[in-house]
Amino acid sequence: MSAGPSRPAQPRSPRSPRSARTPRGAVAAAVATLATALLVAGCGSSNPTTSADGTGQPGKSGASAATLEGTVTVLAAASLTESFDQLKKDFEAANPGVTVETSYGSSATLVQQVDNGAPASVIALAGTAAAEPLDQAAVKDTQSFATNVLEIAVPPSNPGAVTSINDLAKPSVKVVLCADTVPCGKAAQATFKKARIVPNVVSKEVDVKATLSKVKLAEADAAVVYHSDVVAAKDAVTGVEIPSQFNTSLSYPVIRLSDDAATEAFVAYLLSAQGLATVQSFGFGAP
Amino acid sequence: MRYAGRWRSRVALGVPAALALLLLVVPLVALLLRADWARIPSDLATPTVLPALRLSLTTTSVTAVLCLLLGTPLAWFLARSDHRATSWVRALLTVPLVLPPVVGGVALLMTWGRNGLIGQHLAPFGIQIPFTTVAVVLAETFVAMPYYVLAVEGAMRGLDPRLESVARTLGASDLRYLRTVGIPLVLPGIAGGLALAWARALGEFGATITFAGNFPGRTQTLPLLVYVELERDPQVAISISIMLLAVSVLVLGVLRGRWLR
Repeated sequence: MSAGPSRPAQPRSPRSPRSARTPRGAVAAAVATLATALLVAGCGSSNPTTSADGTGQPGKSGASAATLEGTVTVLAAASLTESFDQLKKDFEAANPGVTVETSYGSSATLVQQVDNGAPASVIALAGTAAAEPLDQAAVKDTQSFATNVLEIAVPPSNPGAVTSINDLAKPSVKVVLCADTVPCGKAAQATFKKARIVPNVVSKEVDVKATLSKVKLAEADAAVVYHSDVVAAKDAVTGVEIPSQFNTSLSYPVIRLSDDAATEAFVAYLLSAQGLATVQSFGFGAP
Repeated sequence: MRYAGRWRSRVALGVPAALALLLLVVPLVALLLRADWARIPSDLATPTVLPALRLSLTTTSVTAVLCLLLGTPLAWFLARSDHRATSWVRALLTVPLVLPPVVGGVALLMTWGRNGLIGQHLAPFGIQIPFTTVAVVLAETFVAMPYYVLAVEGAMRGLDPRLESVARTLGASDLRYLRTVGIPLVLPGIAGGLALAWARALGEFGATITFAGNFPGRTQTLPLLVYVELERDPQVAISISIMLLAVSVLVLGVLRGRWLR
């Protein structure tokens, strides 16, 4: 097909303009159809949204227990990134019919998203306090699956010469924390209060991985993150332990938001000996 | 037959046009509907808001001044030159315009960070840019300058080139020509470019949080505060958003002569 009709060079015959108009009309109609399709698709995807924060059952719950099918949408605290990536891989290998979709962020952000109707089957949070703002009508079941403690992360070169929590009191040491609204930020504040230390905080990041990244890039001298983050970062950072009398421990709850069979299976897998071992291999403590 | 065809094409164009309008307008209406108008004054009096407002106003003002001082000469060079390199420079300028701001933030970190291209040479002198208000200004300038330069260049291209020739034959230097003839004539273009750049700087989020971090009073600008407050008290976030929306509408009012004829 030639490109002619879209731009007729000269009016050749009386037929020419009409033949030029038809494809244009078709294009306009196609655009309109596409726009409508997009809108309909948008409405369609918002349907699980309304059922997720209400009483409905998103996904397919008709699947038999033997062969699970469907999608499990997991929202997890940023500190769970590596462990849940592994859980997803293992669970999908054992259940080929199930797709696990994971999304990571600060617990505060995730709870906010669920309260605003983000479709989620499971939400795993850093600390039970983070779950408080969660719309309780959506909660089917809550169980603790791990614990975590705070740890100081420093760049391998340790430019601030940080060897203990007391070094964070030095004004020359640039410290990055999580924002006060997210669990790791709240825990860090509690720890500094217990240790009676006022650090030189240069930034309060939106979640624990963003906090850690500032140390990975060696832009900050120290960050207060979770022990599990230091383990997950491997050689990129060095951990400096915080003594238990100052440290803050968090219990991680997994909250089921759907009665879907695949979702129940995923939570059961997480709480199984194998699932807990996977989580603990990334530096978390037993529940 | 002809009437039916016209009607059909009206629908084919009218429906997507109406959808486009709704897609843009409904979220703004939703924001206004969710606002608790009685609470706005007390929300804006929240202790975190004032430092963020002050920081946003100072950094965006400095950004506007930087655009004016550095961007105007660049716009002039671009406007008067037809060299092939000029079009390359112009293309380069549009990159920050279309770049995701968070990528801009990473690029700034790679430039001004402690191990960055320039930052590593500043560190021995005790100068560190990330996590400072300077970083906020750099991030805002990075995203806003292209808007200013392209707007002013467009205005300068509209000038009659004979004006410059005449000024030159009368012995005026480039600087004198710009000061006495060129800039006064493109003043509306400069004002429009400044308003656009300032508004873009005010809305900057991605590059700022990546490069400058988030610390109240130092690097936490209004958009960063909206993000953080949404987790603490959504109503405060909505109130700040309404204030920013009002500012945007105000800037649109300034630009009215240019875009809304």
